[in-house]
Amino acid sequence: MTIMSKHTLSVLVENKPGVLARIASLFSRRGFNIDSLAVGPTEHPDISRMTIVVNVEDLPLEQVTKQLNKLVNVIKIVELDQSQAVQRELVLVKVRADAESRSQIVEIVQLFRAKTVDVSPDAVTIEATGSSDKLEAMLKMLEPYGIKELVQSGLVAIGRGARSITDRSLRALDRSA
Amino acid sequence: MTEHAASPRRGDTPAAHAPGHQTTETMTGAQSLIRSLEAVGADTVFGIPGGAILPAYDPLMDSVKVRHILVRHEQGAGHAATGYAQATGRVGVCMATSGPGATNLVTPIADAYMDSVPIVAITGQVASKAIGTDAFQEADICGITMPITKHNFLVTDPAEIPRVIAEAFHIAGTGRPGPVLVDIAKDALQATTVFRWPVETSLPGYRPVTKPHAKQIREAAKMLVSARKPVLYVGGGVLKANASAELRILAELTGAPVVTTLMALGVFPDSHPQHLGMPGMHGSVPAVTALQKSDLLFTLGARFDDRVTGKLDSFAPFAKVVHADIDPAEIGKNRPADVPIVGDAREVIADLIVAVQAEFDAGHKGDYADWWVKLNAWKTTYPLGYEAAPEGELSPQQVIERIGQLVGSDAIYAAGVGQHQMWASQFITYEKPATWLNSGGAGTMGYAVPAAMGAKAGRPDAAVWAIDGDGCFQMTNQELVTCALNNIPIKVAVINNGSLGMVRQWQTLFYNQRYSNTVLHAGPEHDGKQPPAQGTRIPDFVMLSEAMGCVGLRCERPEDLDAVIKQAMEINDRPVVIDFIVHQDAMVWPMVAAGTSNDEILAARDVRPDFGDDLD
Repeated sequence: MTIMSKHTLSVLVENKPGVLARIASLFSRRGFNIDSLAVGPTEHPDISRMTIVVNVEDLPLEQVTKQLNKLVNVIKIVELDQSQAVQRELVLVKVRADAESRSQIVEIVQLFRAKTVDVSPDAVTIEATGSSDKLEAMLKMLEPYGIKELVQSGLVAIGRGARSITDRSLRALDRSA
Repeated sequence: MTEHAASPRRGDTPAAHAPGHQTTETMTGAQSLIRSLEAVGADTVFGIPGGAILPAYDPLMDSVKVRHILVRHEQGAGHAATGYAQATGRVGVCMATSGPGATNLVTPIADAYMDSVPIVAITGQVASKAIGTDAFQEADICGITMPITKHNFLVTDPAEIPRVIAEAFHIAGTGRPGPVLVDIAKDALQATTVFRWPVETSLPGYRPVTKPHAKQIREAAKMLVSARKPVLYVGGGVLKANASAELRILAELTGAPVVTTLMALGVFPDSHPQHLGMPGMHGSVPAVTALQKSDLLFTLGARFDDRVTGKLDSFAPFAKVVHADIDPAEIGKNRPADVPIVGDAREVIADLIVAVQAEFDAGHKGDYADWWVKLNAWKTTYPLGYEAAPEGELSPQQVIERIGQLVGSDAIYAAGVGQHQMWASQFITYEKPATWLNSGGAGTMGYAVPAAMGAKAGRPDAAVWAIDGDGCFQMTNQELVTCALNNIPIKVAVINNGSLGMVRQWQTLFYNQRYSNTVLHAGPEHDGKQPPAQGTRIPDFVMLSEAMGCVGLRCERPEDLDAVIKQAMEINDRPVVIDFIVHQDAMVWPMVAAGTSNDEILAARDVRPDFGDDLD
């Protein structure tokens, strides 16, 4: 019996139109579920990096990476081991706050080393980054005050230590260009 | 019509220029497209013009290297490109306009994707400024074909045309082959640009592995010589890698039995004593059973398709698996592999020959004698066969078998999908690669006529026979007009049982003989529920074929069979269609019912083979 577990994939892709659609389409076509997805530029203008969190068994995970690798625009895929990588999410949350509760909320914000980025007479907006667990814990603390609006980014992750997953890929790109 | 004398093999060499020589010319995007097609060696394009692709058709008219064949429907262009590619081993090309022209290519593109056939589809797109506005004849064909192409491109900058065409042909034809679509905006075709050739391709994410890992090869060879009941399970990848000769050497060196899948027929001679036939739902009893009882599936370029494995968890339960494929994603997809090998089948088999020989030299030789006793018993007891039709009626199997015998194994056979396809796979003897074309993965009815057309255009010296059903034939027969007008004299054998025979067979077996909507020629007074299903004979295939510029023949009696086939063989100035009126209740056997275990194979209706399991 295999157990479903979360895996974090860093995917280097060519920075071309339609690449995100190709990846999303592949996941839905093959019946794989994406937990979270974040896309952004890298230190190389021709390469974008996606961080994809999937919740699958080990064997389907192998299929996910093999199928992703078949996409012509995908340059490299690395699975980041949770213990060997820094993983962060960003959350912006608007919490109901009046004169009475505001100081309590600010205290929670400080506890989690988050930031208050906007204040109005009946609400505060908080920015927080961290692991999923930390953000979840903070949101749990804020919930009793009334969460009016919440937006959360996909997870981004980078391996610990000096090694970079982009080095070799960039050289390959330079060679083929 | 002046172009059809041109040899379609010209322009074979992609290097139309001396090495190091760089062409740089100013021209339109459309001219650049045609020059690029010439430069990559495309000699035949099947297509239909329309608004958005129109600019490309103007320089195409002047090309002496690219022959354009004007089809009647874009689906015909797509399947023709596939037939061309399967028969010649080169990349097939089809062309269509935007919107409905492009969407009509979707079925053949999906078909080529499932069967890993290298084709390049070129479509016109509305002008780049109009993209996304729901303009006239606009369809997002790149989005539509994303899941059914190996890759696709949208070109809005004319300067990219040569590079994209070079990349498209490279991607289509290398690694695991497949369809590539190039969608070009009309304004990019019209704009002035610079044509540069040769071009540098830029595909940092595309690096197919062809050279197998030496350690895995040694491991595989070791397993093969220590197995007692191995089977070489050979798929279409071996055919595509041109590894027929290598396969034969490996098979004869090891003495292991061979099964060839539907996609691989012809890669190993049917007449070879080590050949057990085709595995799968309608495979031979010895082939299916050999896989079931095997202790080693030596898998070469095959993908454990559900039509081969039957119920997956009961497939070949005692076997270890060596799985060699050029596509790493196929390995372990359906069945875990004990020894995975990623590589081109030809290189894999060549290396295996050396490795197996090394094992032999070290004194390790496989002993398959007991295995062959069993295999030979199954071969003798359960040969392929069929029930004779009622007196005076033609049996479809006999028709197909006689065509194979009279036309011979140098000819190319293209089948549609259904009963006739299975009979054509069973009762024609395939001895050479690229002589059997069919729609295996997608199961596209209507494949035969346009695919035969494409094959004949690519190999004009070969006799090309479409073995079609009357259902399939009514889906794509319009391409016979194309054949008649372009001097593409194919033969079409319509196996006319008056019904959608394979569906009818399932209705017979699994739906209490309730023939819902499978009788094709029933008239108003005939609800199709009672025999005879042939009913009205609407349409009259002989008259229809004559109207399309072909010779139409009909055969209804067994005594006329040989004469009609021979008559067709003698006509070479026009396509020939033979309407064979056959017994409607013939069924395809053996059969493993869908979703059941291969152990449940029936050699014929209600006949369970006796494998002597008790003796094991």
